[in-house]
Order: sequence, then structure tokens, then C-alpha cells
Amino acid sequence: MLLLDHLWIVLALPLAGAAINGLLGKRWPQSAVNAVGVGSVSLAFLSVAELVREFSALPVEQIPWVKSYFPWITAGTFHVDFSLRVDQLSIVMLLTVSFVGLLIHIYSTGYMAHEGGYYRFFSYLNLFMFFMLTLVMAANIVVMFVGWEGVGLCSYLLIGFWFLKKSAADAGKKAFIVTRLGDFGFTVGILLLFWTFGSVDFGVIFGKAAGMPAESMAQAGILTSICLLLFTGAIGKSAQLPLYVWLPDAMEGPTPVSALIHAATMVTAGVYMVARMNPLFSRAPIAMLAVAIVGAATALYSATIGLTQRDIKKVLAYSTVSQLGYMFLACGVGAYGAGIFHLMTHAFFKGLLFLAAGSVIHAMGGEQDMLKMGGLRKKIPVTFWTMLIATLAITGFPPFAGFFSKDEILFSAYAGPYANKILWGVGLIAAVLTSFYMFRLVFLTFFGSPRFDEKTVHVHESPKNMLAPLVILAILSTIGGWFAAPKFWGGQDFFHGYLQPVFAGVDKLAPAPELAEEALHSLELQLSGAAVLVALIGFFVAWWMYIRKPEAPANLARSLHGLYTLVVNKYYVDEIYAAVIVRPFLWLSTNVLWHVVDEGLIDGTVNGAGHLARRAGGELREIQSGNARSYASWVVIGAVGVTVMLVVIWIRMVR
Amino acid sequence: MSVPFILFFVFAGIAVAGAVLLIVAREPIHSALSLILVMVSLAVLYLLLGAEFIAAVQIIVYAGAIMVLFVFVIMLLNAGVEERTDWSKLAKYAGLPLAGFLLIELAYWLARPAAGMTAALHAARGMGAAPTRALSEMLFRDYLFPFEATSILILIAILGALVLAKGDE
Amino acid sequence: MSAVPISYYLVLSAILFGLGVIAFVFKRNIITIFMAIELMLNAVNLAFVAFARAHNQLDGLVFVFFVIVVAAAEAAVGLAIVITIAQNRQSLNIERVNLLKF
Repeated sequence: MLLLDHLWIVLALPLAGAAINGLLGKRWPQSAVNAVGVGSVSLAFLSVAELVREFSALPVEQIPWVKSYFPWITAGTFHVDFSLRVDQLSIVMLLTVSFVGLLIHIYSTGYMAHEGGYYRFFSYLNLFMFFMLTLVMAANIVVMFVGWEGVGLCSYLLIGFWFLKKSAADAGKKAFIVTRLGDFGFTVGILLLFWTFGSVDFGVIFGKAAGMPAESMAQAGILTSICLLLFTGAIGKSAQLPLYVWLPDAMEGPTPVSALIHAATMVTAGVYMVARMNPLFSRAPIAMLAVAIVGAATALYSATIGLTQRDIKKVLAYSTVSQLGYMFLACGVGAYGAGIFHLMTHAFFKGLLFLAAGSVIHAMGGEQDMLKMGGLRKKIPVTFWTMLIATLAITGFPPFAGFFSKDEILFSAYAGPYANKILWGVGLIAAVLTSFYMFRLVFLTFFGSPRFDEKTVHVHESPKNMLAPLVILAILSTIGGWFAAPKFWGGQDFFHGYLQPVFAGVDKLAPAPELAEEALHSLELQLSGAAVLVALIGFFVAWWMYIRKPEAPANLARSLHGLYTLVVNKYYVDEIYAAVIVRPFLWLSTNVLWHVVDEGLIDGTVNGAGHLARRAGGELREIQSGNARSYASWVVIGAVGVTVMLVVIWIRMVR
Repeated sequence: MSVPFILFFVFAGIAVAGAVLLIVAREPIHSALSLILVMVSLAVLYLLLGAEFIAAVQIIVYAGAIMVLFVFVIMLLNAGVEERTDWSKLAKYAGLPLAGFLLIELAYWLARPAAGMTAALHAARGMGAAPTRALSEMLFRDYLFPFEATSILILIAILGALVLAKGDE
Repeated sequence: MSAVPISYYLVLSAILFGLGVIAFVFKRNIITIFMAIELMLNAVNLAFVAFARAHNQLDGLVFVFFVIVVAAAEAAVGLAIVITIAQNRQSLNIERVNLLKF
């Protein structure tokens, strides 16, 4: 029971790694930094594995397992303890985060080998692992918020890792500030949560929520408000509409950072939070619908932008936003398990895609523009094959991982308890687009003839410490879906059975399904077929446009010039935000808050006090004029005062 | 009107006149002489109050030594009519009212309570047959310490005057 | 014969004291100011003697004795200072002794 009693060990290991590397690592050789950085995360992963083993031996009554370590905030009735919670959902997340994190740490030893600030990178990366694990294991929403903010901080530090480059520093600030907008909603949600339930602890909240009636679509109550506010935090952190703008800019950071933080873990925190709060969401159908709509809209919107991007990492960034939209769509239609499942498979294949893209960039000596690549298939075969596997996974070809997860989401959107066929349609169209832009990426990068000068760029395969994680993730992208394959595919649906206790309340509250069990199965088969068909359509169009007739894209862009310009410039959203939000705020800050309040009021008061003291002193010192007659007069004044006082006292005494 | 009263008013008048002259005089030597006048009349008043020793000491020491010293200094410094500067606004405007107020206030309140106390000329007997003897006994018995202390004080004054008079040699 | 009430002496003492204060504030010659101080001391002496008489005690007279002694010492030192000032500032106007200022 070692780890169950001492859950904090899992957190302490990466924190120690961050501290050691951060404080001492500056003069160490890279091997020492690696030993600490990678070592702490591997130890963390091993302890997670041990935790899983201990957890599976627990009897059912003790789940969820909560351990409270010290009381943190006590203010009146507001108690927050630093407590950690382990249940099936957190186990899934812990495994995903720690394993993918470990692989990316190993990858970074190769990718960042020639970069300055090596120790700083691993320190921040370890710190990120600490905060992410805190977020996942939190037993109350305030500790979760600590992790939430902490990963935001590490994201800022890592995006702006090359801080001397202005675009990187700006991107870091943008990420932090945009997510801050969402975090404001999140904070208000926490306040409402405390106000409604009197506690911030998940156990207490869910227990009380179980006794509350579900709110209806017609009327929003307190639960809807709480859920919507919490969801705004997720909109920021998980880059949904309209707060997604920071994620493409975040590609300024090193590729391992993009893989870990902006694909596999941090951005999924929003999904995890929604899934964790499912007892509340299930009782607030308006909030669920909002989540589903935002998710579906983002999935489609972002996929359209990804169609036209030239930078390989930007395509993957928009793809991430799109896939996160799928996860929220799943949660919004009540299929929390499907959402988490897709989160896990997405960590595998998106992490792999980013790492492989990093491998391509490394091979190309830093080039990220796909239009300057081409024909890399034979030169970097391992990278090519792993990337191809990941692409097949993301587009949803069976039997790769993405097929099962995406398919389940679409099925739930079509025929689940909270089904909405429009949302299903949107998700289907987004799937076509996903397939198209992913295969476009593969064809542009690896096929055709090289569009670069082969004499100046020496394309070489990456070293083993970069390739090994690619291979491992490729294996997981292949077999990862088999955990949750529904029964009629031959699988045991182990995943959903495992998570069932966490999402137990959802099915009870859901409206009854319209169709019977067997009808559902055949429907699912039909929908799966539709999904695969759609993926194939995307593949063919991409093949046509980029292999068969390479001049087709340019022609299409010319004929749809207006639309193309709009999409290539990301619908000018950044520019709109800058004009409508950023500039007025800057004006307000400068002219009002700075000049009027800070300089005028605050400085004025402080300086004014100083001036007042000075003037008063200046006036007062003139009393000491040096003129003895003045002094004599003052003495007389004093004497008069004393005698008057004596007389008054004497009169009183006589009376 | 009995003799003590007449004597009192005459010499009180002289004293007040001397004080007024001190203020009004333009030359310091005139002020010094007025002050001597005041002291002498005060000595008479002390006699009226039955303090013969003090009256004698007043004449000998105060009028005879201290004021002589003042006159010497005035003559040494050739002090003449003082120039009329009035650089102190406070003294100019607030000095007289305040000083006058002090005078009137003190006079008023001191005039009231001691209505029952009288001084009889012959009540000198109340102080003992020979008040001077009694005074000296008190001085060397009860007030011996202050007596010795004043002797040291005089010593210090001598030293101070010597030092100051020597200047920067 | 009726005796003079003590309060008369006290009033006279107050008048002399007040006149001394007036002179203290108004005169400009240092020596004259000094003499005003002596006048004030004398007024106080008168009050002491009057009270000694009123209470039929000799303590007041002892006090007067000491006041005279101290006045003598003070006059000696004070006049020495006055001479020094007169030599330094070439003037006996107290308003010219104004260096102790801000």
C-alpha cells in the first residue's frame, strides 16, 4: 500500500527533478541533466505503474481513494486541504500523462541536444509534469486549479523558451493571457461551486449533487451556471472557439513542447475537467448542449483552417484544436467515456505526429514549410512509416486507434441518449477535412520530388533516442484502440467497463434510447462504415490533388481566390481580436489606468504627501528666526498659557 | 490712613514709577538708575514686612553690587541710545497684548484670596524675637545643603566670568 | 493700626513682574533686557517675602536669600557674555544677535 498511502511521491519526483535541474543543472553536462530529468519522470511512471497495481487490488468500497495531506486554506467555513484522489478516471489520465510524458522526455534528449539552455528545458518540462499530475490527481477543485494554473505557467515558460526571439516571447504571453480569460470564468465557477455546495471537495460535491434534481432544457439553474463557467475555463485551456488563438502561435516553442503540452496533456485538461465534473454536467442539459455545440463547431472550423497551412506544425496545431473539439462533442452528448478514450488515443497519435514532425524538421535542418519539402520517404524511412501510422490513426482507418475512438464519438452524437444529428453531420464533415489535410501533409512532406536544394540540406535520419519514442507511440497508435473496442467488433470494451463507476450517474439521467439494443448495433456498423468511407474520400481527394495532379491545388486556390485568402489568413481572427479587444484595452490601460490612476492618483497622493510634509516643514522652520525678541515673545506666550491653566485648575478646585 | 499704608503706597508708587521709567528710558544708564530706585524702594517695603535682614541684603548686594556691576558694564561698553529695529513681527504685534494680559491676570487673581491675611508691623514678633538670628539658624541648619551648593555656584560663576573675559588667547 | 493686607504686596509684585515682562519683550538693548530680568526677580522676591510674612514662617526669606545669590552669579556671568557679544558683533542690539537660525 506504499503508493496509495503516499500518493505525493508521484508528484514529488518530477518536482524534485525540476528543482535539481533548475538550481544546479546549469554547469552540468547534458548526461547529468538527462539523468535527473528523464530519470525523475521514469521513476514517476514506475510509481504510477505501482499505483495502478495497488489500486486494482482495492475493494470496491474504497474507490474513490482519497488521501488528505495537509490543511491548506482555512478561512471561516472555507476549507481546502491538499488532498489527492485516485479513481478509474485518474488512473487512465495518470498512465497517459506519465507514459507519453516519459517518451517525450526521452525524445527531447535528442531533439534539444544542440540547444542552449538545455538544463532549463528539462527543468521546465519536469515542472510541467508535476503540475499536470497534480491537476489529474486533485481531490478538490482548488488543487485542480493549482495544477491548471501551473501547467499554464509552464506552457508560457516553454513556449517562450527561446525568449530572445520576439515572436516566441509574444506567443508565450498570448497563450498565458488568452487562457487567463477562460480562467476568470473558471474562478467564478469555483466560487459558485463553493457557494452552492459549501465545499470544494469532489466527494462532497458529487454526493450532494446526487440528491439534486436535474435541470431542464427550458430553464437554467445554478448547476447550469456553474458548468458553463467551468467550461469557459476549458474553452481557454483546451483552445476551443473563441479562445483557440493561442495554440497555433504556441508552435513557436520547441517541438517536444508542442507534442507534450499542446497535444497530449495540457490541452486535454479541459476535457478531463468536464469528464470529472460529469455529475454536475449530466444535470445541466443546457450546459451539455453548449459543450457539444462548441466542440463540434470548433472541430469543423479548425479543420477548415488546417486545409491551407504551409507550416507543418501549424497544420498539426489546428488539427489538435479540431480533435479537442471532438472530445468536447463527446462529453456534450453524454459519452464521457468516449471523450476520454479519444483523449488517450489522441495523446498517442498526436504526440507521435508532433514528434515525427520534429524529426522531419530536425532532418531538414530547421525547415518547417511543407512546400519546401518533398520526397523524404526514402531518406527518413522510420519517420515516414511512424508518421503514416499516426495519420491512419487520426483519420480513423481501422484497426488503428483513432478509428475506435472517433467512431464511438460519432455514434453517440447520432444515436446516443443526447443525440443531435446536426452535430453528427458537423463531426462527419470535419472527419473528411481531417483526412484530407492529414494526407495532404503526408504527401507534401514525404512524396513527390524534393522541392529543396539537396546540396545545402543534408537530410538525415534522427538519432535513436528520438526514433525509439516514435516507434513506441506508433505501436500504441495501432493497438491502443483495442482496449475499448465494443463487443460486436470482438473486443471486450474493457475501457468503458473500467470507467463505468465514474460515469455511473450519466446513464441514469439520460433520456432513454430510442432504439433497441440490436438495432443500435446495426446502426453502429452503418455509421462506422460511413466514417471510414468519409476518411477514404479525404484520402482520395488528397491523393488526387497532391500526387496525381500536383498543379491542382494552385488552380483551385486561384479559382476560389477570395475564399482561399480568407482561410489561409485564418479568417483574420487574430487581426479582428487585435483591433476589437487588444487595442481598446491597451488604450484603456495606458490612458486611464496608467496616466490617470497610477500617475495622477497614486503617485499624486504619495508625492503629494511628500510635498505637503516639505511645505509644512518649510513653513514651520521659519519660527526659528534667530531673533531673540521673537523667542522672548514665545516664552511669554508659554507663560501666559501656563498661568491660564493654573487659574482654571484653581477655579475648579475652589468650586 | 495709618502709617504703614501711607508708607506702602508711597514706596509702591516709587517702585512702579521706577519700573515704568526703566521701560521708557532711552539710554541704558537711565534704565539702570531706575532699577536702582526700584530696588531701594523694595528694600523699604521689605522693612515694612519685617524682613530686616533681607532688606539689608537687598541694598548691599543687589543695589550695591549687582547694579554697580551693571553700571560698570554700561560705561565700559559705552552703551548709548539703542537703534530702533523691529525685525520681529511677533514681538511687535503680540508682545504688548500678551504681556499686558499676563500682568492683569496675575494681578487680578493674586488680589483675591489673601483678603484675610494681613501684615502687622509689630507682628514681627510672630517670627521670633530676633528674626535674623532665626533666619541664620534656619539657613545653616535646615537649608545647609542649598547654602553650600550656592557657594559652588558662585565659584562656577567666577570661573565662567574669568573664562569669558579672557577671550581667545 | 491696621496692617496692609498681603494681597496688596502681591498685586504690586504682579505689577512689577508684568512691567518686567513688557520691558523684556520690548527693549532692544541687551543690557536693558538683562535689567528687566533682574526686575522680574525682584518682583518675585517681594512675593516671597510677603508670603513669608503671611504664613509667619522664615522659609520664604531663606528663599529670597538664595534668589539674590543666584541673581548675583547670573549677573556676573551674563554680563561677561554681554561684553563678549558686544565685542563680536559691535552692537548691543539684540536683534543683531541672530545667527542661531535655520
